[in-house]
Amino acid sequence: MSVTAYLVLSTILFCLGALTVLLRRNAIIVFMGVELMLNASNLALVTFSRLQGNLTGQVLAFFVMVVAAAEVVVGLAIIVTIFRTRRSASVDDVNLLKS
Amino acid sequence: MSAAVLPTVAGLLAGGVPTSLTDAGVMSSGEQVLFWTLGPVMVLAALGLLLSRKAVHAAMCVVVVMISLAFLYVAQDAVFLGVVQVVVYTGAVMMLFLFVLMLVGVDTSDSLVETLRGQRLAGVLAAGGLLVVLAGVIGRATFGPAVGLTEANADSNPVALARLVFGQYVFAFEVVGALLVTAAVGALVLTHRRRLTPRVTQRALADDRVASGRTLAPLPAPGVYARHNAMDVPALGPDGRPLEQSVPRVLRVRGQEADAAEYAARVDRVLSGDWAHATPAAPATPTPAPPTSAPPTSEDRAALGTGPSDDDAARGPARNASATEVQK
Repeated sequence: MSVTAYLVLSTILFCLGALTVLLRRNAIIVFMGVELMLNASNLALVTFSRLQGNLTGQVLAFFVMVVAAAEVVVGLAIIVTIFRTRRSASVDDVNLLKS
Repeated sequence: MSAAVLPTVAGLLAGGVPTSLTDAGVMSSGEQVLFWTLGPVMVLAALGLLLSRKAVHAAMCVVVVMISLAFLYVAQDAVFLGVVQVVVYTGAVMMLFLFVLMLVGVDTSDSLVETLRGQRLAGVLAAGGLLVVLAGVIGRATFGPAVGLTEANADSNPVALARLVFGQYVFAFEVVGALLVTAAVGALVLTHRRRLTPRVTQRALADDRVASGRTLAPLPAPGVYARHNAMDVPALGPDGRPLEQSVPRVLRVRGQEADAAEYAARVDRVLSGDWAHATPAAPATPTPAPPTSAPPTSEDRAALGTGPSDDDAARGPARNASATEVQK
């Protein structure tokens, strides 16, 4: 069995994460879908690194992890702020700019 | 799940980590077992994230996916990333998610009403299209035989990674550090709340309490008599008069306290000296005091400042006043 099986798994996970982002309304679950997509891309990066025989892919995956951590911190802070003012974590309720 | 994973893990430990690829660049059989065990689990957990109603269940599903990914990283010669995956993702990021879930309210379940018409169909179509595109790319690309990382990881994986991160990519590493600091400050600024009202300290509270003229000490406890020992019986003050305040406020509002007038009348009888001749059949009716003992009684009433307490008509407004005070 070839290493590309990991790539197939990563594709499936990425699409499920994208589906979560597109379909769910709870902002926190949407965020978890984004995390799932980032993880799937990490799996693909690690697999590519193994395919190519050098570690650049792993370094890239490491940076993706760090950026994801920063993104989670800011994103969750935004969600908490929105929840404080609107009393809701649903992305449908964030329509203040709608005329 | 654990029953299926445990033999795999035991096999891994017994035969060493089977990360070395065969000469043709394919997975060893141990790695195949690991992949086919964890792969379906991960897909099912991702489906759980998509379909679960409660946010906490979704978070647990994501934790399962991330821990399984850590296993796969280790199996793919990325030991350092596997550890970082567990520490950073499942340890920090998902716990942060759970904290925010508890802050926002665990029981806020998603509404299943479709606010945008056709959004669900469009989302499924878009994700399906993405899947088709990615599958086409992976299916048509020729990767060649996998090289494997045995050579690159000759000095162990963390050392080799550190050479790259602190050598070739050191500028990116520093930029990422600045990004992290910015993110931390940004989160602090975003969640910071400006105080709109001046802060009420303990000293201000105490001063208010004294200035308002309310009773500073606790209210007297309900009465304890030889014949009555109950919450609805008023206590007797030092002068022998019943203290209406001693009955709990709830009972007073409901009108469930024992008749204070009855006790007041008894006290009056005792003070007037004819308590020995009073008939026990009618203790509730106020006995008119003899004129000789009237002055001390009125003095008592004046000292208490409660007015003629054995008169029900006079006590009526007082009771109503306390009731309205409670309603406020």
